[in-house]
Amino acid sequence: MNTAKNKAWGDAAFKGVTLFFALGILVLFAAIVANLWHESLPSIHKFGFSFLTSSAWNPVKDDFGALIPIGGTLISTFLAMLIAVPVSIGVALFLAELAPAWMKAPFGVAIELLAAIPSIVYGMWGLFVLSPIMADHVQPWLSAHFGFLPFFTGPSMGIGMLTAGLVLALMILPFIASVTRDVFLMVPQNLKEAAYGMGCTTWEVVRDVMIPYGKKGIAGAVFLGMGRALGETMAITFVIGNAYHLSWSLFAPGNSIASTLANEFTEADSDVYLSSLVELGLVLFLITFIVLGLAQLWLRKGNPGGGQ
Amino acid sequence: MKKIIFAAALIAVGAMSAATAAQAAATLNGAGATFPFPVYSKWAYTYNKETGVKLNYQAIGSGGGIKQIKARTVDFGASDAPLKAAQLDKFGLMQYPMIMGGVVPVVHIKGIKAGQLKLTGRNLADIYMGKITKWNDARITANNKGLSLPHQDISVVHRADGSGTTWIFTNYLTKISGEWAEKLGNNKAIAWPTGLGGKGNQGVAAFVSKVDGSIGYVEYAYALQNHMASVLLQNHYGNFVAPTASNFQAAAAGADWKHAKGYYMVLTNQPGMNSWPITGASFILMYKTQVNPAQAKEVLKFFNWSYNNGGKAAKKLDYVPMPEAVAKMVRATWSKVLRDRSGNSIWK
Repeated sequence: MNTAKNKAWGDAAFKGVTLFFALGILVLFAAIVANLWHESLPSIHKFGFSFLTSSAWNPVKDDFGALIPIGGTLISTFLAMLIAVPVSIGVALFLAELAPAWMKAPFGVAIELLAAIPSIVYGMWGLFVLSPIMADHVQPWLSAHFGFLPFFTGPSMGIGMLTAGLVLALMILPFIASVTRDVFLMVPQNLKEAAYGMGCTTWEVVRDVMIPYGKKGIAGAVFLGMGRALGETMAITFVIGNAYHLSWSLFAPGNSIASTLANEFTEADSDVYLSSLVELGLVLFLITFIVLGLAQLWLRKGNPGGGQ
Repeated sequence: MKKIIFAAALIAVGAMSAATAAQAAATLNGAGATFPFPVYSKWAYTYNKETGVKLNYQAIGSGGGIKQIKARTVDFGASDAPLKAAQLDKFGLMQYPMIMGGVVPVVHIKGIKAGQLKLTGRNLADIYMGKITKWNDARITANNKGLSLPHQDISVVHRADGSGTTWIFTNYLTKISGEWAEKLGNNKAIAWPTGLGGKGNQGVAAFVSKVDGSIGYVEYAYALQNHMASVLLQNHYGNFVAPTASNFQAAAAGADWKHAKGYYMVLTNQPGMNSWPITGASFILMYKTQVNPAQAKEVLKFFNWSYNNGGKAAKKLDYVPMPEAVAKMVRATWSKVLRDRSGNSIWK
C-alpha cells in the first residue's frame, strides 16, 4: 500500500521534472526569438521587407540588405548536400552491408572521429590545403571542360562558393553517414535474408528493402546534416571569400549569414548596422525553422510511416 | 578511487582561484585595434617582467575597441581611426596617440619580389574599384618598364571585418581619388565593389599568400612576418618610396600634434620627399572621469613606461614611436583631463 503510494508520488515528481525541462526548451526558444526580434526592430523599421530583397551592404551609408548572405547560405548548403548525401549513403551502405567484418569497426570509428573535428580545423585545412588544390587543378579543369556553363567561369582563386560547398560537404558527411549506417543496421536480418532467399542481388536488397525501410531515418540524418550546414560559421568564413557580390559563378567569392555575423559583429559601430546583423541572425533562424518544418511535413504527408 | 579524484578536483579548483586572486591585483584590460597589437604585446611582456603588472589586450579591431570602452567593459580602448573632438565630448572620452606605423599594399605575382612593383595612388584606387583588372594593364606597366607583368586577373583582397587599417587605407584613397571619395568613402568597413574579404590583418595576409595574382593591404609588421612582397608607392611629392620605418617616420615628422584638437590626427598622403603615403597613428581611448582611479593610474603608468622605454621595441617591429615632445603633451593632457569622481587629478 505504502510502496504503491510512493511509486505514484515518484512518477508524478518524475513527470513534473521532465515537463519542466521540456517547457524550459520552449521558453528558451521563445526568448531567443523575442530577443532577436526586439534587437532587429531598428533595422526592420528602417528597411522593412526590402531588407530581404536588397543586395546592398554598405556600412558607410548604413544601407543593409540580406539578399547576398541569404543566397550564399542557401547555395553553399545546397552544394554541400548535393555532394554529401549520395556519398554518405554510399559510405553507410558499404559499412553496414558490404564491408568485411574486420573493416567495419575501424572505419566506423574513423567516420565518427571526423565528426569530432572542430570546424575551425576544417576551415584552416580548407584554406591552406584544399584551396590551392582547387585553384591550381580543380577549377582550371572545370572551366576548361564545363566553362560554357556560367557556374564555372572567372578567375580560379580557390576561394569562393565552390570551395565552401566542398568543405561543408566534408563536414556534414560523417554526421549523415554514421546515422544512416545505424539506420541500415536496424533493418531486420530476416527481411534481408528473405529477400536474398528469393534470389535478390545485393543491389536489389539495398534498393528495395534497406532504403525503403530506413527512409525516415535517412531523411532524419540528411536534415541533421542540413541543419549543421546552414549554420556553419568558422569553416565557411575561411574559404567563402566574404564578399558582397552576386555572381552565377561558383568560383566567385560570396558570403553566408553566419560568416557575415562572425566577421562583422564586433565591429558594427552604428545602431542600424548592429541591428541589421541581428536581423540576419533572425533570418537564419527562420530559414532553418522553415526548412526543418517542411522536412517534417514532407515526412508525415508524402511518405507515411517510412518502410514499416 | 572516487575520493582521490574528488581531492584532486578540489586542489585544482583551489589552485585556480588562488591564481585568479593573484592576477586580479594587477591586470589591465584593454581591447581594440589589431594594427598595434604586435607592439602592445611586446611592451606588455617586458612590462610584466619588470613590474608584475599584466596587460590583457584583446585585438578585436578598432570598432570593437570603441564599443568596449563605451560599454565600460575595459580600462582602455584602442583605435586606429581617431575620434573627432565632438564625439569624444559626447561620450566623455579622451584619446591620445600611442604609436605610429604604416599600412602596406602587398602583392602575390609570380616572379615579383618585395620593392619591385611601383604603383601610384590612382592605380591602387582603380584596382580596388575594379577598374584595373589585369596586372599588365597599361596604367600599371607605364611605371614598371623593366618588369614583366603577367596577363593575369587581379584578385583584390580587403578586410572582411571593420578595421582601423581599412580606415587608414580608405582615408588615403579618398584623398587620392575624387571618385573613391564620392562613391565609397572613408570608413572602417566600406561597400567594396570587388574582391575577397579576409578577417583581420592575418586573414588578408593568408589570402594574399595563397591566391596567385592577388593584392592586399596589411600593417607593415604583418607583411614582414609573412615575408610578403610589398610595393613601392608614389607619394605626394611624386617619388616612389618603399615602406620602411624611416619613411613612416618621414610622414610622421610633419604632424602638428600641438594644434590637433583631441589629438585628432591623420597622417596619410603627407608632404615630404620620403614620406610613406599610407601612414597612421593608433590611439588609446579612456573615460575622462574614472570610477576606479587606482586602476586608471596603473593604465597610465603602463603607457608612460611605453613612451619612455618602448621606443626600441617599437622600432624593432618597424613602428614609429611617438616623439618625446608628443609624449610630454600627452602627459600634460592626462593631468589636466583625467579625474576621479570627486574631481581630483589622477596623474600628477
